[in-house]
Amino acid sequence: MRLGDNALILSQRLGEWCGHGPVLEEDIALTNVALDLLGQARLWLGYAGELTGRDEDQIAFLRDAGEFRNVLLVEQPNGDFAHTMARQFFFDLWHRLLLEKLSASKDERIGGIAAKALKEVAYHRRRSTDWILRLGDGTEESHARMQQAADDLWMYTGELFEMDALDKEMQQAGIGCDLAALREPWLNEVSRVFREGTLEVPKQSWMQRGGKRGIHSENLGHILAEMQFLQRAYPGAKW
Amino acid sequence: MVRVRPDAAQVWGWLEEVADPEIPAVSVVDLGIVRDVHWNDDELVVTITPTYSGCPAMEVIARDIREALLARGVEKIRLETKISPPWTTDWISEGGRRRLHESGIAPPPSALVQIENVACPRCGSRATEMISRFGSTPCKSIYKCRACLEPFDVFKRH
Repeated sequence: MRLGDNALILSQRLGEWCGHGPVLEEDIALTNVALDLLGQARLWLGYAGELTGRDEDQIAFLRDAGEFRNVLLVEQPNGDFAHTMARQFFFDLWHRLLLEKLSASKDERIGGIAAKALKEVAYHRRRSTDWILRLGDGTEESHARMQQAADDLWMYTGELFEMDALDKEMQQAGIGCDLAALREPWLNEVSRVFREGTLEVPKQSWMQRGGKRGIHSENLGHILAEMQFLQRAYPGAKW
Repeated sequence: MVRVRPDAAQVWGWLEEVADPEIPAVSVVDLGIVRDVHWNDDELVVTITPTYSGCPAMEVIARDIREALLARGVEKIRLETKISPPWTTDWISEGGRRRLHESGIAPPPSALVQIENVACPRCGSRATEMISRFGSTPCKSIYKCRACLEPFDVFKRH
């Protein structure tokens, strides 16, 4: 459910760029990444639905904000292009490390979905890394914006590595993995790319949290208002 | 009406005529989307795999396969989707690679090292560069040729 919500909400955010991309190629790229994530969300939520007796659409369209389990990072606004890419970069690096571990899950369905998604996410990561380098080591303006975006979003990265009771239970059962152990390789890669892109890794240590428990920022409500509008206004509508 | 129960090889042959809805030059068999065909009693089971998780063509492909088989007289068809092992461009057939090339789409590079100098499907030059990692469908990226100056699609290695 958490994996599906992460992919679904970030996909919806990226979809907002559709028709608004800075250049045509980027418009296409952002929505292609959104499409991959939406496909992954359907696989995860479809499986979660089978286990809880609901279908993927009910899960996506008929839950309120408090029932969503995505991390706070993915619901942050698009901001400028630097903010969108910083959010994507932080997420892609973590997502890839996580899916690598989950590919070996004892739950075959989870392992299969993770292995499928991993190939797509590895490609996303290459693209977001390109942009960190290009904007970081670009003009004075792009550098300043990229640094600002990284600083602004840093406090939402702590939650990615948090292990709560459910995570621990899943890890012990061999289904999930140790999220805390992903922090070091993640930070190493962020540091390496930031160094090459002449950026500084933010030093701020206080981290915002709560998304995994259903405690969200007001941003999620706005996302859901748009995403769920049709099913709320016309229950059961199909096309 | 005579009940039709063709063998699997015959069905594979028919499916080779089902074109991919987004890249009609190649068939769903060429692309490696069809993974298995077998009979379960009087029901024909066709297993397909999505190229990318979110590929919107999958629903159309499933419908096209069903319609093609119904048109051949198969009555009971079940389509199953299998995501594991995940689809790879290594499953694209030799014929499929050739037909991609003929339709102006560079086939997926067979090794990662080749991504840097993909051959232009029009003039053959390797003086090419990537314009965008993503193109008109999830499975393609956009390049341009420095020799003939034409932009072209490249099927991403996946």
